[in-house]
Order: sequence, then structure tokens, then C-alpha cells
Amino acid sequence: MTFRQKLDDGFVVLDGAMGTMLQQRGLVAGELPESWNLTRPDEIAAVHRQYLAAGADVVYANTFGAHSLKFGDATEEVVAAAVRIAANECARYDGRFVALDIGPTGKLLKPLGDLDFEEAVGIFARTVRAGAAAGADLIAVETMNDCYELKAAVLAAKEASNLPVIATFVFGADGKTMTGTSPEAAVAIAEGLGVSAVGVNCSLAPAEMREVVRRMLAVASVPVVVKPNAGLPEERDGATVYSLSADQFAEDMKELAQLGARVLGGCCGTSPEYIQKLRAAISGYSPLAAEDKNLTVISSYTNALYFGHSPVLIGERINPTGKKRLKEALREGDLTYILGEAVRQQERGAHALDVNVGLPEIDEAAMLEKCVAEIQAVTDLPLQIDTSSPEAMERALRRYNGCPLINSVNGKRESMEKFFPLAKKYGGAIICLTLDESGIPDSVEGRVKIARRIIAEAKKYGIGRNRLIFDTLATAVSADSRAANITLGSLRQIREKLKCNTSLGISNVSFGLPQRDFITSTYLALALAGGLSAAIYNPYSDEVEKVIRSFMALSGRDAGCAQYISYASSLTVGEVTRTAAKTEKTTEAGLHYFVVKGLKTEAAAAAAKLLETLAPLEVVNTEIIPALDEVGKGFEEKTIFLPQLLMSAEAAGAAFEEVRSRLSPSDNAKKVKVVIATVRGDIHDIGKNIVATLLRNYGFTVYDLGRDVPPERVLEEAVKTGAQIVGLSALMTTTVPSMKETVALIKDKLPAVKTVVGGAVLNEEYAAMIGADKYCRDAMETVRYAEELEDKLN
Amino acid sequence: MIKVISGRLDGIDRRETLHYLGLTVRDIPSAESVALVDECEREALAAQDLRAVYDIYDYFADGDDLDLGFAKVRSHSLALSLAGCDKIVLFACTAGVGIDRLIAAYSRLSASKAAAMQALGAALVEGWCDKIQEMCVREYGANKNRFSCGYGDLPLTLQRDIFAALSVTKHIGITLSDNCFMTPTKSVTAIIGIKPRG
Repeated sequence: MTFRQKLDDGFVVLDGAMGTMLQQRGLVAGELPESWNLTRPDEIAAVHRQYLAAGADVVYANTFGAHSLKFGDATEEVVAAAVRIAANECARYDGRFVALDIGPTGKLLKPLGDLDFEEAVGIFARTVRAGAAAGADLIAVETMNDCYELKAAVLAAKEASNLPVIATFVFGADGKTMTGTSPEAAVAIAEGLGVSAVGVNCSLAPAEMREVVRRMLAVASVPVVVKPNAGLPEERDGATVYSLSADQFAEDMKELAQLGARVLGGCCGTSPEYIQKLRAAISGYSPLAAEDKNLTVISSYTNALYFGHSPVLIGERINPTGKKRLKEALREGDLTYILGEAVRQQERGAHALDVNVGLPEIDEAAMLEKCVAEIQAVTDLPLQIDTSSPEAMERALRRYNGCPLINSVNGKRESMEKFFPLAKKYGGAIICLTLDESGIPDSVEGRVKIARRIIAEAKKYGIGRNRLIFDTLATAVSADSRAANITLGSLRQIREKLKCNTSLGISNVSFGLPQRDFITSTYLALALAGGLSAAIYNPYSDEVEKVIRSFMALSGRDAGCAQYISYASSLTVGEVTRTAAKTEKTTEAGLHYFVVKGLKTEAAAAAAKLLETLAPLEVVNTEIIPALDEVGKGFEEKTIFLPQLLMSAEAAGAAFEEVRSRLSPSDNAKKVKVVIATVRGDIHDIGKNIVATLLRNYGFTVYDLGRDVPPERVLEEAVKTGAQIVGLSALMTTTVPSMKETVALIKDKLPAVKTVVGGAVLNEEYAAMIGADKYCRDAMETVRYAEELEDKLN
Repeated sequence: MIKVISGRLDGIDRRETLHYLGLTVRDIPSAESVALVDECEREALAAQDLRAVYDIYDYFADGDDLDLGFAKVRSHSLALSLAGCDKIVLFACTAGVGIDRLIAAYSRLSASKAAAMQALGAALVEGWCDKIQEMCVREYGANKNRFSCGYGDLPLTLQRDIFAALSVTKHIGITLSDNCFMTPTKSVTAIIGIKPRG
């Protein structure tokens, strides 16, 4: 019998704790338990033997922390030994299985920590290869606090072996993992990656897990795993014992089994006695069948989003088509603008965000991968990854922290052949366009026929129709007056006959017409009435928002119309006060005042107004720069402090954003260009960011390389951009040597380039000692230095 | 025995926060910056996930050669701080990953909010340390000062021993980088001395 068959067959009993068992056998604090695989294999074998005798179907090999970060080149030996010890013991029985146990690396992944995602995949893959080669029957990824690390481990397991994978997360008493993942999102992510079972282990006692287990069972299509602790550790007569007795543990586990959990075992504090009593407690019961829930789900790293209930709203603004400012941002690699759009759409009520960065002149795959990671650093909304390039799609899907929405596949053979394997591997839902090699059919029948073909083809890849969301293609009604009817008719048929979810990019319908919002919002109303599951829309459109709010009330999704009422009343009151405030403030004070006070919105509005009468550069030179100077001077004189300085810089930035749209290329800004970075080994970037912000707002061009940047990368960027200044930041004494190394490299290869250094551990003498041209105490001093250089150039 | 606790603070020390933002006690922040810090404080308090792990060890000193119970170390500064003590409390605590997420988000969106959040996070974890210390004073009669790696001549590398002794990563999720940085960044490890009673 294989493990997969065993999983279909009935309950699967896992073993209990290894760590606490080894402590009883003399493992001391700080000693790596996995080292015993080589030094005391008999002790490890004895623990396995006891669990097998107690009735465990699966034993976890002693490989929880056996990875290259801890064991380096001995990793393979340690892993192989562990699996062989376990396999030897299992061989005494029929139908017992060895799990290669994979715990967390102990490092946090970027962007929060310093471990790169692909590096993590590589670390796990090494352990997986060694474990699979030594004869493991399955892989147990366990004790994961962070769903991103779990994704890296499961991907590694899938890529480096053909073994079934069971994956368990650690949940807190608040029903979330430490990095904020809900049980529903955890299941969506793990199932999307193709695990054979998903669940929870460690941290809590069985009874405390009940709610998390219940929520997992409600959405999981694969069996649910429960491997709890024996309660909490307590001190009794100088020894550490766990609060829950074996009898109580078994009793509580039986309840979870009756709820539907199918794979059961113990974590910290449990012993063979617990497993034996657990086995006895469930004997005579049959597990509930794990049934296919047929959900259409995507998620971020925190929450899951389901299609088919309330309409899902997907913000369309991160897509360069027809958006000059976004194209500019993409060409310049300026992610700030894109991240701002992500946050603004979320504030306007979007449930998910489309991300499309396709421009012919940029490396789309690299940009999409980077944007996905960066957008996830500012928002926890799920993302819809939008590209026609399979390469860009795969890179973005890999990096994405969550269960993705793929946009899109269509009825063309090539499209399905390229994208369905990716969808199979990385999970998530797929937007399917009803077009094929012959274009978009101009009949309902034609579009539905393509949908049927896509469903049949997806099935060959093991992708169920629940994962397909059909987009019947909104086209301009101005070009063909039947366009809207065909699209909506197809949508209804797909919804009713094929029982699939649907989506529409609604804005296209009004193309070529005046007052597009009127047409778009009415179209949305019709589509929603026809059962539309998701709309890709413009969250900034008030007309569209009115329709959505009204639809929610009319379709019975807004109890007592409470949300509608609060929306409608906020609208009236808000509009009145907003206008009043505007007039009052603009008559009272101008752009200069708003920049000094650090009022962003007001500064932007005042700049826009001034630009009606003044030339762009005049606005910069007579208003923005003098205001910034006033604040800068106050900062130097210590009458104004850091927060105010930064708020002013941001207000100046908002005003400058208005100006830049009207600047012609001949209105050249400053000549000085600055490459800036926090040096290798150092992850502190707040000071560096402040300097970059201020320099930018004084009109200098800044190339910000981020933190933990190697010397070669700084040199490369300085050569590429022809920058006159390289700015380096270091906060820790331990990273000053890498600052010195960077300065030396720049001096050697680019002697004309000035090196400016700063950071908490530096001072004038220290800076001179490491060979830097200039030490700057704070951001203003850096600006002054750049200005001096600018004067010399002019 | 190792103990794990969690907590929650209702407010963040404003003086401490402004200090981290570069203001001295005499400096008066502008009304706009007060509003900014107020707004960020609300977010930080909502995102806090305060956890701590601690244990008590026997302590012996032979001049500057110290046996901390979980590790041996040579440090003059720590010897001074622990003079007269025969036990220590070793603890690690964190303000949680949510604060780091906010800092990461604002460092991409708004330099002023990033600076404010950075300062608030630091003041938040200090406030959490104070609470833990108060508890240690109450329950074990511990000293009222605490000592961390990197202070004086106490090496940063002692962090590795602290992480192993308390299983810090397993218990409260703080991770340690190769050069001994902690993530979440708003985390502290410290040693508090306990003098013999009576």
C-alpha cells in the first residue's frame, strides 16, 4: 500500500514528539537533535520503535532541522542516516511509512527578513533530494509560521521529488499564524501547491485547535492533519511536564476526528503513550470522507477570497495601457508611483488588484516579478497576475506570496499548453477568455463553445472547472451595437449551463463614447444582475461605486441597507465640507505654506492651481524650493525636527508630481545624479531612505539600490548612470568594513566620483579613515553637498 | 523552566518616541508632526503582537569571567551590572511581525510615516521590556536595570547562545541573521540580575 492509498483508506496516525523524547535520553540544550542520527542512531531507532509499537502509521524521520544552514556539507549524510534509521524500523511492519520531516529554516524570508525566496527553495531542495534518495515515503512540511516559507518548502518538495507532501502550519490562539495567515488562506495556498493533506501542528492543545480545524475542514478538499502539543509545559518537582494527560489528549483528539480531521498525531510533549491512547480512542470509528469542496478561491498571505458569493472587485489601475504616467514610471523603474496606486485602490474598496506591467521596451518578466513582491510589501490584497508572457507569468507566480489569480488563458491551443501547466503547479484561479485562433466569436453560441473547450482541456491537466473564471470579453458598444448583448448573453449561459464563475473587464465597453462612466456603470449593473462573479474595474470611478453600493443593497447582501446608508450619507456630507475646506485654505495660504506645513493633498491642489498661470519651472523655483529651504534651514537650526522635515519633503513631492506632467524635456532638472545604498550586510535603510527622499525633492536624480548591497552592484550602477555621487549608509559597526570596501572600489574604478557616507556609527574621523570624500551628519547636509557640486557643474 | 508570555500595551511612550525621532525633551514638535505620530501610534497599537520568552539561571562571576548558566562569557561591563547577583533572568521579547510590515510598507510609501513607525516600534518594544522587567522585579526581586548584547563589551555574538538557550525562534518567532540582527527588528534580548534574598 502506498501512502496515498493509505490516506484514502481511513484514519492515518502519525507519531508524537521527537525532541522531548530525545531530551529524556540525554540531549542537552543547544545540541542539534539531528546530530544524533550519526552519533547515537540507536537512540533514534528506539524512539521510532516505540511509536510504531504504539500504533503510528507514519514516523517522522529525525530531520526537522536537517538543512544546509545548520549542517552545511554534512546535510546529505545527516538526512540519509535519519531516513534509513526510520525505514529500518518501519520494515518490521506492513504498511508503515517514513516521512521526511521538514521544519522551518529559522530565518525569516524577504522582504521582512534576509533570506531570499529562491535561496530558501534551494535549502529545502537539498534536504528533499537526500531524503527521497534514502527512501522516504512522503514529505511532511511542518511547524510553519510563515506561509511564504511553507510555499518554498512545498515547491522544493514537488520539484526535487515525486513524493506526496503533507503540510502543517502553526496557529496561535487568535486563529492566525504568526505572519497573519487565516486558516482559509493557509488551505488555499497549500492545496494550490498540490499537497496531499493540510493542517496544523505544535503550539496549541487539541481543544484549543478546534476552531482552526473546523475552519480548515469547511474549505479543504484534501484530508486535514492535526498534530497538537500535549498542552503547556509546566514545572513539577523540578522536571518539565506537559499539562495534558495522555487520556485527556486522546479524548480531545477523538473529538477533532469526529469533526472530520483524518490525519492525527502529536507534537511537543506527546510520547508513545499518547499515540497509543489516541489510536485506541479512534478505533471503531470511520473518518468522514474528505470531499471536493469545488471552491473558486484566491488569497494573499493573510486572507482568502472566494468567487461566486458577493461580487469580487478587481482594481484595474496597475496596467500601462493608455496611462502615460504609469508608462513613465515603468520605464524609469519608479515603483513608488505603482505602490501608491496599489494602496489607493485598496482604500477605494478593491478586493484584489490586477498587476500588468507589459511594455515593449522593458524586461517584463523581471519587472513583473519585482512588482508583485513590492506590491505585497504595501498591501495584503490578493493579486491578479496579468501577462501574456509565460516566462513573466511563471516568475511572478513563484514569487507571489499567496494563492494567485492568473490572467489569462484563452481558447488558443498554444495559450492553454503554456499556461495550464503553470496553473497546475502554482495553484489559484484562472481567468479564461472566450476567444481562440479565429478571434472573438460574434455570437453567444460561439463564445460558450470556446468555454466548453477550455473546460475540457483544463481537465486533462487536472484542473477542475471550479478553478476557471470565464471572461466573455467586453468590447466597445460604440463599434457594434450588439456587443454588450452578446457578452452578457454568453456570461449568463456560462453561469447557468456550465456552472462556472465569470468575470468582465467592464471599462472596455464604453470605449469611444463621451462620459464613459455612465455606460460602464450601467453595463456593470446589467452584468451583476446576470450573475457576474468578478469585475475588473476602475476603483476611482464614483459612478461605478454608486452601482456597486446600490447593487449590494438591492441583491439582499446589505442587511438593513446599513452600508448603503452610511456610504450615501458620507457622500453628501463629505462633498459639502470638502469644497468648503478647499476654498478656505487656498484663499488663506499658498503652495509655499502647504509645503512648509507638510500638507500633501493641499500642496498638490495648490500646485495644480498655480500651474494654470505660471510656468512649471517657475513654480518649482519660486514656491517649492524656497519652502523646502525654509524647512531645511529650520532643521539645521533645530527649530524644525525630522518628522516635519519629511512631511514637507513629501508635500513638495506631491506638488512636484503636478509639475512634472507639464515639464518638457528641455526644462532640465539638476545635473547631479546620486547612487545611494545601504552597504552589504546591513539591513537598516530608514536613514538612507530619508536622504533619498530629500535629494529627490530638491530635484536631484537618485538611483536607490536598497539595503544589503554588495560593492560590485554599487559600482555597476554608478558606471551605468554616470552618477557624480555615491552615497553609502551603515548603521552597525560590523558593516563598516563593507562600507570601506565599497568606497575603495569606487575610488579605484571611478576616481572622479565623490563618495558620501553617513549612519549612526560614523563620524568625520571615521569617514576619513575609510577614505570617503565626505561625511554627512544628516539628510540636509547631503543636500547641501549635492548643491555645491551642482554649482560647480553649472 | 522556559516560560512564554504575551501582552498588550494601551499606549506608547511619547517622550521615548520623540527621542527616537531626534527630538530632545526641550524640543517642541509641530502640530502636524504630532498628528502624524498620533495616527501612526493607533496603527502600531493595532498591529502589536507582544510576545516574550524567559528563564532563570544560576550566575557565577570570577572577575570578568562570567558563567551565565546558559553560556560562559568574558565581559567587564556585564560583571559590573550583575555585581552581587547569584541568579539572572534571561529574556527575549518582540513587538511582532506586524510592526515590521508597517515599517516595510511605509518605507515604500511615506518617509515621514516610516520614520514615525520606526520610532514608535522602538518605543513600543522598550515599553514591553519595561513590563517584563516590572514582572521580574515583582516575582523574583530582580534588579531594575537590564543589560543587552552590544552594550559595553558584551559581544553581539552572545545572541546565538541566547537564541539556543531559550529556543527563541521556536517559542516567539524571532529569527537571528548570520551577523546577529534580529527579525522582527523591534525585538530585544536582555539579562536582568537577581540578588540573593535576605
